[in-house]
Amino acid sequence: MIDAKVPKGKLSEKWDNCLDGLKLISPNNKRKYKVIVVGTGLAGASASATMAELGYQVESFSFHDSPRRAHSVAAQGGINAAKNYRGDGDSIHRLFYDTIKGGDFRSREANVYRLAQISNNIIDQCVAQGVPFAREYGGLLDNRSFGGALVSRTFYSRGQTGQQLLLGAYGALNRQIHAGKIDHHSRSEMLDIVVDDGRAKGIVVRNLITGEMTTHLADAVVLATGGYSNLFYLSTNAAGCNVTATYRAYKRGASFANPCYTQIHPTCIPMNHKGQSKLTLMSESLRNHGRIWVPQQADDKRAPEQIPEVERDYFLERKYPAYGNLSPRDISSRAVKQVCDEGRGVGELGQSVYLDFGEAIERLGVESIKEYYGNLFDMYEHITDENPYQTPMRIYPAAHYTMGGLWVDYNLMSNLPGLFVIGEANFSDHGANRLGASALMQGLADGYFILPQTIGDYLAGATPYDESANSSDIKASAEALAKESSERIERLLSIGKSSSSGQGSRSVRSLHQSLGEIMWNHCGMTRNSEGLTTALDQLSSLKEEFWKTALVHGESGNLNQNLEQAGRVADFIDFSQLMCRDALAREESCGGHFREEHQEQGEAARDDKNFSHVAAWQYQGEGNPPTLEQEPLKFDELKAVKRSYQ
Amino acid sequence: MEFLLRIWRQQNSDATGSLQRYSIDQVSPDISFLEMLDNLNEKLIRQGELPVAFDMDCREGICGACSLVINGEPHGPMGATTTCQLYMRHFKEREEITIEPWRAGPFKVIQDLVVDRTSFDRILQAGGYVSLHTGEAPDANALLISKEIAGRAFEAANCIGCAACVAACPNASAMLFVAAKVTHLALLPKVNQSENIECQDGRGDGCRRVRKLQ
Repeated sequence: MIDAKVPKGKLSEKWDNCLDGLKLISPNNKRKYKVIVVGTGLAGASASATMAELGYQVESFSFHDSPRRAHSVAAQGGINAAKNYRGDGDSIHRLFYDTIKGGDFRSREANVYRLAQISNNIIDQCVAQGVPFAREYGGLLDNRSFGGALVSRTFYSRGQTGQQLLLGAYGALNRQIHAGKIDHHSRSEMLDIVVDDGRAKGIVVRNLITGEMTTHLADAVVLATGGYSNLFYLSTNAAGCNVTATYRAYKRGASFANPCYTQIHPTCIPMNHKGQSKLTLMSESLRNHGRIWVPQQADDKRAPEQIPEVERDYFLERKYPAYGNLSPRDISSRAVKQVCDEGRGVGELGQSVYLDFGEAIERLGVESIKEYYGNLFDMYEHITDENPYQTPMRIYPAAHYTMGGLWVDYNLMSNLPGLFVIGEANFSDHGANRLGASALMQGLADGYFILPQTIGDYLAGATPYDESANSSDIKASAEALAKESSERIERLLSIGKSSSSGQGSRSVRSLHQSLGEIMWNHCGMTRNSEGLTTALDQLSSLKEEFWKTALVHGESGNLNQNLEQAGRVADFIDFSQLMCRDALAREESCGGHFREEHQEQGEAARDDKNFSHVAAWQYQGEGNPPTLEQEPLKFDELKAVKRSYQ
Repeated sequence: MEFLLRIWRQQNSDATGSLQRYSIDQVSPDISFLEMLDNLNEKLIRQGELPVAFDMDCREGICGACSLVINGEPHGPMGATTTCQLYMRHFKEREEITIEPWRAGPFKVIQDLVVDRTSFDRILQAGGYVSLHTGEAPDANALLISKEIAGRAFEAANCIGCAACVAACPNASAMLFVAAKVTHLALLPKVNQSENIECQDGRGDGCRRVRKLQ
């Protein structure tokens, strides 16, 4: 049984108790410790900056050409906080409760409570940094509502909240780079973790421009490398998002928790042609004013404006009257899938539903809607060539976020001492389903306020790594790992070279598409035992096919995007097997994990008796099945009740 | 649809590049410009040729990674639209399309259409932020900022840092980029006054005339 090291005391006092008990390092000793941070999104940039401010030496890495490109930039709708500026009854306890309930009682109570407590500091911090949040005429901050909440607690900057928050964190990062406290490396991809004497002590990095493989040693390593939705090939994630860093850490001993918890976001622009490379998210905030509907009759081919009000089915409002169009993402997505499966989907392929602003435009006027969502409407029009001010948007669910991630304790340290994991890359706060506007909150809570404090407790117990001292052992083992990574690159480049054509036969993209199909069909919005077993077989074949047929051209000694992609897809295939195993083992439905065998009148049927735990998987070597450990989830403050939004 | 493409190919920073001709057919008008390039790359890869390297990531117009000078215009023919948000329906059947990297002294070509834009990071590192340590902030509503000022600050903060402004400027100046950040920060009242944006003289960063910001 795993110990999450949750501090003692009342739930509301745990974080204070934790802070009071942390070992401290004196200000003039902090500079002797070095921390590596991989990733420069909200979590990584805020953590790097804050640790540098505290006095630690920080070395940060990003595979992008600039830290500002990290995918946090694309978050649209907003960030939650329990400020209760609206006086609509919000509180830390309510935000905590909504998040736990939203996660279907599959997250760690103490972590979520801390998140709600810290939420308010984040808004203060970001405003002071110059993040231009939306304001009311009087000059006070404005709020809107997001799914799974009955209060307005979401702060936003039009449909670009992630961008503005990231630019704030990027500014803080830049300030410390300028001050010489952070040594930053862009276009650098982490390929392995250096473990010495059971502790994470460094990383292996490939320079994406020169191909040079280097090793970097430190006293602790922080992964802030995001989620793995891109394994579905079509997702709302950016093209570069990948699982490589966290998967390689898993292979070096870090446990992977709840890999099957993935979020399928209900409001994305549907697929409309083959060869499409991504599905674009339309922010959940649109559901503040947009109403979701389909025709009542199947196969109704009339244009939306020709379908009279009485022949429309506003199915979310009908099924979940209390929350209506702002029902949580997992529930809304399944409801959309259900009406499409019934043949009532709209659009050429019947794989979409309407998100209609007609009523809101009539009530508030076009200008007002433009003010709220201008950039989103423009984006929709660019992509679809349809004007959403005139005709309803069409939307369909798409893979968006992964609640699963590397297992961490209350201090955000993985089971591999010295390896910390923050942001989407860890598993911690969202349980089996994340509520809208909570990812930005978690990334920044981890990065600004939690990790920089808790990491000190670990570092205080370690002797700082000394570059000049006798540490040849660790250097040698790091070099050996770098060699291993180089050999893998050479293996990728040699695929198919001994065949008669002298090259492989399938592009990396087409192999990735095959992976996406397997996973979407069998480990997507709904899952069942038979499908998951099939998927595991198909994944083994796909893996074999990949290493025999993938077309990987060029050399390792320069920029080679084909090679980068190949390495990431190979990891996605391996990781997908773990995800299916986890989905198969979790014989219940909860949040985004919907097992068809476990439902009650179409709603998820949780099994608290057998599955009220975090499933943490340990790697056991190539070809061996991973082992499973459990962290039991106890609810002291709340009662795990059946989740209802009716 | 069918297109003739002329694409800048350059092996690395030191190599001499040139425009190469390619043709592509069966292009759906509904695919994006980058998806069209993906399809070209698929074809090249199957033929055993090296794919065209280009920067991109989010493919929804916000990350600022994609670039490309298309028919002489940075990000192509549509106003206020990044390359990833261009669709092939915006082009004419059988049109000849010339695709080049950002052309500006400070942006060295790394390979094909990929350039080095780290100078933009260096400009902002020099002071494009509010100097504030984590945890120093007062309550967020302690400072009133009018809706109008917040809106104008947002319009400036909106810059995605793609560097098209430098690619479009005959002098390859980063004035617009710097001005956007200066405007954003200058409009908002500070809790804690920011450091100054300084010039990057001698680094070829294209912002030589920027004075210290109040």
